[in-house]
Amino acid sequence: MAGMKSAVVPEGTTPKIRFREPQIEMAHGAGGIASRRLVEGLFAPLLFRSANPSLNDAAALEIGGVRLAMTTDSFVVKPLSFPGGSIGELAINGTVNDLAVSGARPEAIVVSFILEAGLPTEILEAEVRAMAAAAEKAGVAVVGGDTKVVEHGKADHMYISTTGVGAYLPNIHIEARSVRAGDKVLLSGPIGDHGITILLARGELDFEADLRSDTRSGFPLIETMAREAGPGIRWMRDPTRGGVATSLNELARDCGLGIHIFEDEIPVHDPVRGACELLGLDPLHIANEGQFLAVVAPEYADAAFNALCQAPGGEGAVILGEVHPQPAGSVLVTTRYGGSRIVDMLVGDPLPRIC
Amino acid sequence: MKFVDEFRDPEVINTTADEIRRLAEGSRHYRMMEVCGGHTHAIYRFGLKDILPDNIELIHGPGCPVCVLPMGRIDDGLALATDPNVIFTAFGDMMRVPGMTGSPLEHKARGMDVRIVYSPADALKLAKANPEKHVMFFAIGFETTAPSTALTIMRARAEGIHNFSVFCNHVTIIPAIRAILDSPDMRLDAFIGPGHVSTVIGCRPYEWIAANEHKPIVVSGFEPLDMLQSIVMLLRQLKAGEAKVENQYKRVVPWEGNPAALKAMNEVFQLRPYFEWRGLGFISQSALRLRDSYAEFDAERRFDVPGVRVTDPKAAQCGEVLKGVLKPAQCKLFGKECTPEHPVGALMVSSEGSCAAYFNYEHRKAMASSLAWPA
Amino acid sequence: MCLAIPGKVLELFPGFPYLATVEVGGVRRKVDLGLLENDMPEAGDWVLIHVGFAMSKISETDALDQMQTLIMLGEGEQALQEVRGYGLEDPEPPKPS
Repeated sequence: MAGMKSAVVPEGTTPKIRFREPQIEMAHGAGGIASRRLVEGLFAPLLFRSANPSLNDAAALEIGGVRLAMTTDSFVVKPLSFPGGSIGELAINGTVNDLAVSGARPEAIVVSFILEAGLPTEILEAEVRAMAAAAEKAGVAVVGGDTKVVEHGKADHMYISTTGVGAYLPNIHIEARSVRAGDKVLLSGPIGDHGITILLARGELDFEADLRSDTRSGFPLIETMAREAGPGIRWMRDPTRGGVATSLNELARDCGLGIHIFEDEIPVHDPVRGACELLGLDPLHIANEGQFLAVVAPEYADAAFNALCQAPGGEGAVILGEVHPQPAGSVLVTTRYGGSRIVDMLVGDPLPRIC
Repeated sequence: MKFVDEFRDPEVINTTADEIRRLAEGSRHYRMMEVCGGHTHAIYRFGLKDILPDNIELIHGPGCPVCVLPMGRIDDGLALATDPNVIFTAFGDMMRVPGMTGSPLEHKARGMDVRIVYSPADALKLAKANPEKHVMFFAIGFETTAPSTALTIMRARAEGIHNFSVFCNHVTIIPAIRAILDSPDMRLDAFIGPGHVSTVIGCRPYEWIAANEHKPIVVSGFEPLDMLQSIVMLLRQLKAGEAKVENQYKRVVPWEGNPAALKAMNEVFQLRPYFEWRGLGFISQSALRLRDSYAEFDAERRFDVPGVRVTDPKAAQCGEVLKGVLKPAQCKLFGKECTPEHPVGALMVSSEGSCAAYFNYEHRKAMASSLAWPA
Repeated sequence: MCLAIPGKVLELFPGFPYLATVEVGGVRRKVDLGLLENDMPEAGDWVLIHVGFAMSKISETDALDQMQTLIMLGEGEQALQEVRGYGLEDPEPPKPS
């Protein structure tokens, strides 16, 4: 789970539940402000009592002297299949990426299926094949899993959940609190491809474009970057639901500093830009499944950036911005002509607008 | 992107901003209102306030069709869609607007068939694809959008589609501007005129603002250079003591408007005697309803509309902010009880409402600078 | 009310006189040209799109004119700056002697 505030409750004390909402709404799963409230206000006080909850995408465990990263994620996607991928691929790459941005080599994954009765086997088989291919490409072993079947209508064809473990790379230590003013913010490539692909694939808006989801394992790029600049990497995250804006806002709040993004550096493919202009959406809020953000100390930033640019799949990398003392806890987009705007986390999913 | 990128050129923005600073130099304070919500959004999105001199004050006008929609109309529309055979369709802008019983998205989460459409034409397509259901389109917007609704209804008639209706909340811009100018607290020097409404109604309808009220008005495009050029044009008029209507958005706005669009609107719609505007009260001849000849497509006549009237909480100062009398941050509820996440008033719900725009793009910048941290 | 975007008309449909495929930066959609029936666009023309309807044809001439005016504004200012540097600028019109 990304972005959890530290809420270790010592043994023997009563946990304080700060989550006051009477029922769960869609917004609580959207990865933005409401999700964070649920995690910090309900899950953290009750569940994370004696473990060491981190602010990162994966939990750091130490078992018998060995440090391991562990993470879980679930995938609820409509439509199941779309240009560039399908739910199966997302399920593998998503967990692989959560481990990778924690600075760990993904080693093993277990898979949990919740299947809807009536789901045609050929659809399930296609997803399993996609998962196998993605796992092989990512170099990760699928070592077990579980299956449940629910009544027709109780699951959108299928929900997939994956849990992964990985071994930490030796020279990286990811910690939001280590971020300093002057650090550079790197982005691995163009944003918005996945979210807009899904939006178009749903067919409700009747748009068509040559666009594919960017789902892929980010580990090879991260490993390359770590080789050249490992000690300088302070923080990483994969900007999935809620986009770059949400990830950077989480960072800003966790480190208490201001993140400045250079508007002109934001890499966006033309169809994503066209769709966003047409629908009144901001690419910074759109989900990605194959990109990552990295905050790097200034003395390592060039090495990290060059390593990315020269690696296969990293050609679109940019230095997106830098860390400043102000505005503390916020993300600011600046333009070459001196204009600026705050970009916030979204409340729910981005909605098209006509006004 | 052609016809977009040129008007975002940073070099030209810098030189135009320089010209504005030069023209505005002096002790005079200029208060300009941008009528249209799209302009409010553009001001914040492009950070234009950062490059304007302090003596030019931009005041946000009431041209946000979501913001001025009374809450009761949302409840009415949702009430019509409680029938499981009805598909409720609306633009994305409407989806999070709360009625007393919740927003359309919340109703969707509870099982109502609620769908976002990009175009009224898509709602009609849904009707064709679902003959056993009824598709209701919750129409909002000023004169920019009304012709498209009108044309869609005409297409529905021509194609013999009967399972389609429109819940019409279209409003007109001139009465809103009149209400602003009639407001006793108002002190405005000039107007930045709505660019896209003007592609339909043209520039003539604003002539009374210049002739009778002696305020300059420049019909403006939405890119940064459009708005900056409009401000240059307004400053020149103000300094010369002139008051006329000018068209900055010539590449798209015809002075006489769009006759086909006006014809379609006139064919399908007529003016309601009066309509309630949230924050502004009842305004006569300010909103559209379907003509009798198109009654079968009028959701209000096909179904029983409860006619819910919801008054805003007294503490919410939406009306004053809408009229530009108060700044968003001056409303007592701003940022506390009323935020984009749980909006009390409509100006916080729509992302182009002054309060939401200010909150999303500006608020924390202002707080950071006011705390005067050392550099 | 206000979100309208320039798009290029790619193709019209012979059987459907009001329908055209329009492209905005690589995204394509069918757009209704019915509001432009008095001056129908052709393939290659640019139109302003709002909620799936074309509202207006975009005049390239006017767009270029506008950019020229703006650029000259900037150049004019630059020229003025240079002249001001000479110390010759007189804020009052010269009085007849």
